[in-house]
Amino acid sequence: MANLIEVVYFVAAALFILGLKRMSSPRSARDGIVWAGIGMVAATVVTFFVPNLSNFGLMIAAILIGSGIAFVSGKRVAMTDMPQMIALYNGMGGGAAAAIAAVELIKLATHEGVTHGQVAINLAVLGAVIGTISFSGSLIAFAKLQGWLRKAVRFPYQQAFNLLVFAGTIGSGVYLAFVGADVSMIFLFFILALAFGVLMTIPIGGADMPVVISLYNALTGLAVAFEGFVLNNAAMIIAGTVVGAAGTLLTQLMAKAMNRPISNVLFGSFGTGGGGDESAVEGSMKPIEASDAAVMMAFAEKVVIIPGYGMAVAQAQHKIWEMSKQLIENGVDVKFAIHPVAGRMPGHMNVLLAEAGVPYDRIFDLDEINEEFNTTDVALVIGANDVVNPVARTNPDSPIYGMPILNADYAKNVIVIKRGQGAGFSGIENALFYGDNTRMLYGDGQEMASQLIQGIKEL
Amino acid sequence: MIETISGISALYIFMLAAFAGYEVIAKVPVILHTPLMSGSNFVHGIVLVGAMIALGHAESTSEQVVGFFAVLLASMNAVGGYVVTERMLEMFKSSKEKKNG
Repeated sequence: MANLIEVVYFVAAALFILGLKRMSSPRSARDGIVWAGIGMVAATVVTFFVPNLSNFGLMIAAILIGSGIAFVSGKRVAMTDMPQMIALYNGMGGGAAAAIAAVELIKLATHEGVTHGQVAINLAVLGAVIGTISFSGSLIAFAKLQGWLRKAVRFPYQQAFNLLVFAGTIGSGVYLAFVGADVSMIFLFFILALAFGVLMTIPIGGADMPVVISLYNALTGLAVAFEGFVLNNAAMIIAGTVVGAAGTLLTQLMAKAMNRPISNVLFGSFGTGGGGDESAVEGSMKPIEASDAAVMMAFAEKVVIIPGYGMAVAQAQHKIWEMSKQLIENGVDVKFAIHPVAGRMPGHMNVLLAEAGVPYDRIFDLDEINEEFNTTDVALVIGANDVVNPVARTNPDSPIYGMPILNADYAKNVIVIKRGQGAGFSGIENALFYGDNTRMLYGDGQEMASQLIQGIKEL
Repeated sequence: MIETISGISALYIFMLAAFAGYEVIAKVPVILHTPLMSGSNFVHGIVLVGAMIALGHAESTSEQVVGFFAVLLASMNAVGGYVVTERMLEMFKSSKEKKNG
């Protein structure tokens, strides 16, 4: 039996890697998660047959309750809320890794003669720190994206205070690892680590949350790998490490796409530096009626649609796709241009468009589409702002200077669907809106999309 | 316990797995970043196995309580991670697949 268990763990680890590999291409992505899922179920089932286990009642109850809650919440969550849900589930994983460490430490503290090697104890403590920070940090990230915690909390000497808490966490961890485990010290250690996760996350603004969630995802992977070593479980070491490495790379890719170095995300704050001279934008915003905009697009050869999170908030993606289908029937070449940070995290907008039924071969990345704007008749911007702001190219004083943007301003005509005249999420004026070739279509995204559909139909 | 993994072989596993993780992600298109983050979030749900073993070996009440929470949280990680990833990936279709149904 013992051999069979090992074999199943081995196969599960292989399935995880193959599954992730398949998930990196849209065509095979669906199979990828199924493969990984099979590995997970197999590994869980054989674990019931690990020798000398007890507490099966508690175990099954915990699995049923946990799975039930997660299944229902996972099925119900709206696609727009996906990022915070990932944060939440990730936090659970970090908490689980920390709790495993806690069980092992309590054992060390209360049973005579229980011994782990020094390496195992060190890794247990290290995994506990990382897992706990990931747990409380992810919960804060969830609360922020869910809108429960709106403001970035900052107070004087914050960094010094955080450093102090972190030093306390490490100090108590070192005590546990080298001097010996006792129950009150275990308590202190976990409370400090929980507090540090909270303190580290509260000053970070909502826009930077995706990078933070991705970082915590990688951290949870690492914590799982360390606890895997403590429990002598190769499947956990492999799966945890793979996620740790993949997550780190993903975090870097995201940070790069957002033009925000990770150190800035964690220790800096947006909008404090480079106030810039935003009044430098000249010209005026020129409004347009929906019927005129419809004509413009219907007789275009190529239309590129640039959606932003505002479109998702207005739930306009279905209407926009309906409109696109009409245009396609009229022989217009319709493409969707996605900025890496459109939506709440990289790739989120693709998910939202896919939900509306847009096929992925009509969706293009920044690098793929940017050269095409010169030959585009109409660029339709809906709910996007900073990602099409040309000052990122032109004005070195702007806080977003250097951020890669979609060059919508190079299109022959630009139509911007926007609620009102105010500045965007980051409060930066958008030079695109004042361009000679830009027309503003004021109104709710969904409402305007309906009017555009109507307009095209009437032609 | 089954054969122990010695420190140095754990280090080898760690190194190779890290390279595997890096390589697997290195060529991923931006459109899949969110599902992939969610997928890797699911994969570390393997912590469930460790949580079950920890709870299975728990003796005192405090160990049982903490172990119970470990299994509870881990199963939420695994099941929730799977459900949301699958929901997202299910929607990715090309124009061809759409026409076929």
